[in-house]
This record gives sequence, C-alpha cells and structure tokens, in this order.
Amino acid sequence: MNKQMFSGAQILLKSLLKEGVEEIFGYPGGVVLPLYDALYMQNDIKHYLVRHEQAAVHAAEGYARVSGKAGVAIVTSGPGACNTITGLANAYYDGTPMVLITGQVNSKLIGGDAFQEADIVGITRSCCKHNYLVKDVKDLARVVKEAFYIATTGKKGPVVIDIPVDVFNAKYTFNYPKNVELVGYNPNYKGHPLQIQRALKTLFEAKRPVIISGGGVVASNSSKELTELATKLHIPVVHTLMGTGTYPDSLETSLGMMGMHGNYCANLTVSNADVIFAIGTRFSDRITGCLKRFARDAQVIHIDIDPCSISKNVKATIPIVGDIKNVLNAMLFELMKSHHKINVELKDKWFKDIEEWKKKVAIPQKMSDKLSAITVLEKIYEFTKDDEPIVSTEVGQHQMWTAQNFKFNKPRKLITSGGLGTMGFGFPAAMGAAVAKKDGYILNIAGDGSIQMNIQELMTCVDYKFKVINCIINNGYLGMVRQWQEKIYNEHYSQTKISSPDFVKLAESYGALGIRVEKEEEIIPALKKAIDFKGPCLIDFVCENFEMVYPWVLAGQPIDKVLLSRKEC
Amino acid sequence: MGNLGVNHTISVLVSNEVGVLSRIVDLFSGRGYNIESLTVAPALDSIYSRVTIVTQGDDDVIEQICKQLNRLIPVIKVANLSIGDAIEYEIGLLKIFVNDENRAEFMNIVAQAQASIMDVNEKLYTVKIDGDEKKVQTFAELVRPFGIKEFVRSGKVAITKSGQFSTFKKLKDEFVKVE
Repeated sequence: MNKQMFSGAQILLKSLLKEGVEEIFGYPGGVVLPLYDALYMQNDIKHYLVRHEQAAVHAAEGYARVSGKAGVAIVTSGPGACNTITGLANAYYDGTPMVLITGQVNSKLIGGDAFQEADIVGITRSCCKHNYLVKDVKDLARVVKEAFYIATTGKKGPVVIDIPVDVFNAKYTFNYPKNVELVGYNPNYKGHPLQIQRALKTLFEAKRPVIISGGGVVASNSSKELTELATKLHIPVVHTLMGTGTYPDSLETSLGMMGMHGNYCANLTVSNADVIFAIGTRFSDRITGCLKRFARDAQVIHIDIDPCSISKNVKATIPIVGDIKNVLNAMLFELMKSHHKINVELKDKWFKDIEEWKKKVAIPQKMSDKLSAITVLEKIYEFTKDDEPIVSTEVGQHQMWTAQNFKFNKPRKLITSGGLGTMGFGFPAAMGAAVAKKDGYILNIAGDGSIQMNIQELMTCVDYKFKVINCIINNGYLGMVRQWQEKIYNEHYSQTKISSPDFVKLAESYGALGIRVEKEEEIIPALKKAIDFKGPCLIDFVCENFEMVYPWVLAGQPIDKVLLSRKEC
Repeated sequence: MGNLGVNHTISVLVSNEVGVLSRIVDLFSGRGYNIESLTVAPALDSIYSRVTIVTQGDDDVIEQICKQLNRLIPVIKVANLSIGDAIEYEIGLLKIFVNDENRAEFMNIVAQAQASIMDVNEKLYTVKIDGDEKKVQTFAELVRPFGIKEFVRSGKVAITKSGQFSTFKKLKDEFVKVE
C-alpha cells in the first residue's frame, strides 16, 4: 500500500498522466494557484498558455479532434470558468471528448458569493456530458478516472471537474482506480444482431440506396469499414459537414456534402432514395431541411451510439444502437457469411440518375474585379493538397466554401464547428491541431468577422511558434448573415458591414507574418511565403463583397429545392 | 398515432447524489417538456432515490424524454408506467370553510369519499383525501362550493401491479438500460 501523501493538485496531475495526458491548455488565476504551482514543479505535462479561456477550450477541442484523444484545459473559477461555456457547448454538440478542470473557491465559502465565485456545475449542466464538484480530496482520483471514461465513451463529449482551492491543497494518498463503476452509464456497443440482419436485407433489396456518413464515423474511427461496406454493397455515399473525409472524396461513388449548402447531386440523391442508411448523424435541420418533406418514401436504417439521436428528428425504420465500428464490422462479417451476390444491375437506373444530377452545379458568379473567394479557396486547395494539411475553419460563408471546394480523403482533416456554429472557433482549434500534429502547417480558413473573435491568440501562436496559416476571406461583411439579408430581408444590411484592422500591421505587431493579397497572381507566392515562415501567419485576401454561397437551400425548404445562382428564386 | 396531451407517469431510479434532481428538472425545461407533477424520495436502499414524474406528450415525445433521462449519468432506470398496469396514488390536503348550516352536507361528502378530518377550528376543516389523481380531483370539485381556503397535493407516486419493474419497459429494448 502506497502511504505517501500528495496534495490534491499533485493527485490531479498524476491522474492526468495516468490517462496519458501530456499536453494541456489553460489560463491561471487565484484559486488554481496550487495547481499551477504543482505544474511548475514537474516536466511531464506541458501547459500551453492561451490569451482567453474560450480559446483554451477550443484548442483542447482542436487537439482532441486531430488526435482522437480527450483534450484537456484548465481555467480558474468565476470569470475563467464562465468564459469556457461556448467552448463546452461546442464540444458537446460535436461530440468531442474533453475534460475541463475549473478551479472553485474554498469549499467552505461556496454559496456565500465569494470573490470570483460562480456556480459552474449549475451553469454548465446543460452544455456538457457530465460534471463534478469535488468536495473531498479522497474522491479526486476516482472522479478524474470517471470523467475521462465518460468523455471518451458512448457519444463522446466534454466533462467538467470543478475543484475548490482547499481540495487542491488537501493531502491524501494516490491510488488511481483501475476500473470505473458507474451503475447508470453503460453505453451499448454491440448492435442488435437481428437488426443488423434486417438492415442488410433491406440494403440488398434497395433499388435507390444511399449512405449518409456523419460525424459519428469520425468519432468511432470507422472510415475504413464504411468505405469497404459501401464498396461491397455498391451504394453511393454522401456526407454531412461533420462527416467530411469519412469516405474518400476521390472515389466516384462519393457524392460530397449534403444539406443546406450541399451538392445538388447529394441532396437529390437523398431526396429520391428508397433506403437511407444513416451512420452517426443526428439529422440536424441543416441536413434535413423541411423535416416533413425529408425523404418521405425512404426506409431509414440508422446506426448511432446515442439512442437519443435515433428517431429524434427522422423516424428510423431500422434503428441500430451501437458503436459504428462494431456494427459495420458485424455487417461485413454477415455479408461475407451470406455469400449474397450483389445485384449491380438493380441499381443501374439509380446510378444513371445520379450521373445526371452530378452535372448540375452552382453557377460561377463574376461581380467585380476583386478576388473571388471561391477562386482563392480553389487555389489554396490546389496548392496545398499534396501536403494534406489539417484545415480548420471559422463559421460562415468561408466555412461552406471550404467544405465545398476542398476535397478530403481522410477523416480528422477538416476541423470545423458543426452543431453550435461558433465564430472564433477555428483559430484556437488550429492551435490545438498544431499541438496534436507537430509537423507541417495548419490552415485556418477564416472570415474577417470570425477571425476578430479570437484574434488575441496570435500571441499564443507566436510564443509557441505554431505554424497556423490564417487565410482571411475578407469581404467586409458578416457574409453569411448578409447573404440571408440580401435574399430574405430585402437587402437590409443591418449591422453586417464590418470593418477590420490592417491585418498585415496587426500580424506584424504580434511578431507574426502578415500578407495582403489583392490579385489572383499573388495567391500562390503568398502561400509559399507563409508555409516557409516559421510561425503563424495572417493572409488578408481582399475579396469581392457580395459573393454568395451556392448551392443553397433556404431554411425550412425541402432539400431538393436547391438554388444554384442568384437568378433562381 | 400520437396521444397528445395524455398524462404519462415516468418512474426514474437515480443515484442519490447532489444535483441529480436539478439535472432532471433542467432536462425538462431545457428541452421544452412539461412537468405536471414530481415527487422524490429515497428508495429502499438510500443510496438511490425514486423520482416519479407526470408529464404530457405524444408517443414520440415520451420516448424521447425516456431516452434523454437515460442519458443522464446518475439515472439508473427509467420506466414509463403509463404503458402497463400500475397503481397510482396521491394525497390531497384541503382547508375548507364549513358553517353550521352546511356541516351535515359536508360530513356526508367526507364520509362518502372516505376522506379523513385531520384538524378542525371554528371556521375551517382540514381534510385529507387519498387515492388516484381522479379521486383527489373529484373530491376537490365536490367541496369547492363550500369554499376552499387551501389545497395541497402531494403529486403522484406509482408502482407496477406485478412488482416487476422490467415488464413495463415497452420501449424498444435497446433504448432502455438493463440492470
């Protein structure tokens, strides 16, 4: 029996090490002083100091999305903890594993409105998977063990551990539990065998099948299985924004992204399918459009580890609750066993229809002599594609243009805020990605609005020499909102014209590289210069103000009502 | 399909820990579900508590509520008792104005309803009525003409008739946590 005593702060760090945590993001403050002192006294865990707590949580998420491991962040009580809410909600929505440590005032002062006190367990309850307030140092190791277990299993998500300062200081022995005992938490990993057989039979008989691949395929690392099954069953695949890269875009049966700004072909395929095989998607309104008219004639086979996602929005004909990798492997095994001969001819007409739909694409817009955002993104993609960089985005037009114009053949390459749609996510997430993947560079595609939401992180990037190349699609507007105002609100551009600082000078003042690009021929040289620079970079692409994102399905419309240019209404 | 507006009684077994009730209540308010009544008390083993919630919604909503409740970490079991045959019970306490003229009539109602008189003063009778929701409600309607000063009801508790908790898991098996 190990009788050596440790402080709560030391126990926390030892527990993190037991969980394989080597890199954390954070920001110190009053009540976490004992923890930062313990950090100072050790070399096993590297701490990255950000410039805003929101960025610490986004960075932890970027790290988690790239590495597949839980991201970890530390912040202080009160304002520090409150600043993490957006990041928590973002990770909760997108199912990213994360453990957030928040400091809390002395446990004897809780409830007395102490300095920098906030009821963070109460505040975060609805935006994290689970949370803990540790009142006794004896519980600390067990709570950390449980937190990591909950964060990284089932539908993954963020878990908050709130630790009062006296618990950091209290002494206790360190025994890290081997097992977790949670009576009320047993995710179902194995799909029901009969449901799996029913699903296969339905897919065999389908004349117009389609697979929708969602973020769950990334979370469960099942791209390989998905690709194998889709190929063997001869079924085309569309993906959601979160499912980007799960099915190689290079394959002919990949129809690209579906949804509000999805491909015409992807949307039409889903709308006309007789069997929809949905894998790890929660059928958000950005995917389904008008729910009543979504795939009305289709049978829906739905795999998800979270029972809540099944039949929440779209009623599943064959629900399968389980881990996607397990279920897909079980299906592949059944397929092999059954010796079923796939009737390719059955789907001849279906694939002919799909070929026809593929021909309809958004009509290019030429409005002025200014750079087209789409051209810029095409050039960036062409120039960087061989490096296969990790691409993060902020939220808005540039995000959709990136999703449309970049081709991804691997998962965990596009890091973007899907569910919550958080402006200011991309830049700190790119820092987290840079920590998870130390070689090469990270591209953050940003808008002039979004980048200003967490611009302070330039300093963090300079300090740690993160190679984050921020490509700002600068069109002088909050472009996506402006786009809706143009179409739906009679061109009333209410509060969407937005000014920006001189990004080149701003970058320089931080010690980063700043480049302005106004002409097409300047794009490639700017990228070259940025890639060669040993640190962060801001490239200010001065773009056309009124470019629109097409294809576009207006909110509330069925997803086969795809607008391809301004001329349509 | 849907049975909009029908009351459902959901029985939830939870770990008896700090904040678990807030998690349940937050879930209902955050997702826009209505709570008609709610009771909480320790279970036989006091490390657990039993929460009985009466709520409204069509079948899809109730299924989603049960799934969402199951998703909470301290929730151990969820059962929709309305699907099967359950015994439901609640208590109503009423303070009723009674005078010399209507006392006989009042006592008659109390006797017929098998209510009990708990306390009396010169103006008010305090009465306890127990039984299912309908009985409590009917009694209150019957004595309303006398003048009700106060009406307090416990909210519903319920138990399955056979004592077999699991026989009421009519939701698809895979949606319900199994012990």
